[in-house]
Amino acid sequence: MKLNFDLHLHSCLSPCGGEDNTPANLAAMCALAGLDAVALTDHNAVGNCAAFCEAAGDNGLVALPGMELTTLEEVHVVCLLPDLDAAAVFGDEVYARLPPFPNDVHIFGPQVLMDAGDRVLGEEPRMLAGAANIGVYEVKALVERYGGVCWPAHIDRPSFSLLSNLGLWDPGLGFGFAEVSRACPADFLNRDDLRGLHTVTASDAHYLDQIMDPCQSVDLPSRSAAALLAWLRCPDFRLYSRF
Amino acid sequence: MTVKELSAALSLTEFSLPAPEAEVTGGYAGDLLSWVMGRARAGDCWITIMSNQNVAAVAVMADVACILLSEGVKPDEALLTKARQQGINLLGSGKGTFELAHDVGEKMKRQE
Repeated sequence: MKLNFDLHLHSCLSPCGGEDNTPANLAAMCALAGLDAVALTDHNAVGNCAAFCEAAGDNGLVALPGMELTTLEEVHVVCLLPDLDAAAVFGDEVYARLPPFPNDVHIFGPQVLMDAGDRVLGEEPRMLAGAANIGVYEVKALVERYGGVCWPAHIDRPSFSLLSNLGLWDPGLGFGFAEVSRACPADFLNRDDLRGLHTVTASDAHYLDQIMDPCQSVDLPSRSAAALLAWLRCPDFRLYSRF
Repeated sequence: MTVKELSAALSLTEFSLPAPEAEVTGGYAGDLLSWVMGRARAGDCWITIMSNQNVAAVAVMADVACILLSEGVKPDEALLTKARQQGINLLGSGKGTFELAHDVGEKMKRQE
């Protein structure tokens, strides 16, 4: 069963996320775009995951809760969790390790918490734009402790990426694959340190119009979050195709 | 010393200079933005190689006197636009961060 997927999406909880990127709007747009499997990955926060997963389910999508974690080195890492309970405790751990600065809405915009019906539940008062006191070498074991899976985000980008901030791909980090942006040049992966590295693509959409048409799929035994997570934990790239 | 005076003294490139009379009262060198956020002080000349738009947000947050891009780094379009829109002084130099920090420090010392 082929599932088109995009596992890096932001809602209005993310600083710099569009205000109309509500969980319900986001889920509906993903369904309209032809995606089958999606994940919400707000910056350093999981507060809109419950709303998004519910709205995604209402739209017939397979959804996983997640977060785009900013490590101590300002490397962005996509972290997906198996369920909302695991996401909540993982979210609490990251929250406790974020710098204790309040969010300045004039600089970063509001960080809006919503339910699945687009009702505003409140605003996250802490600045989510900072870096958590979690080193990049620590991330994989930490996420796995909560049953999740993680990989470095947009490694081709010049900022907030593993390659821009660490300089090279270190297999010792333990990541099984990496994400590249849609704009990644074809020859980017020819670098010596990236030879043989498998990659997935994501929109990293912060605004509704950035949700992309499907460009990749994976062939799974069932249309379920469990099957998707099982593949991500131990990805067989023979089942994966780009188009 | 004003940002304009610093710019002239070190022959800096002026990418954006909407507040030339802003007073430089200190300095900070660093590239990890979350680190800079909590440490750069108001009035600092912030030396960095980072050239993306998040640099503008951090500069506003920390209320620095100017951003000084070292190593010949040029601001990307988004940073340049934000600097102009938000009244941020954005300068550049071909010198490395260490040398530049030394030079800024020397100029400030002479002003005392």
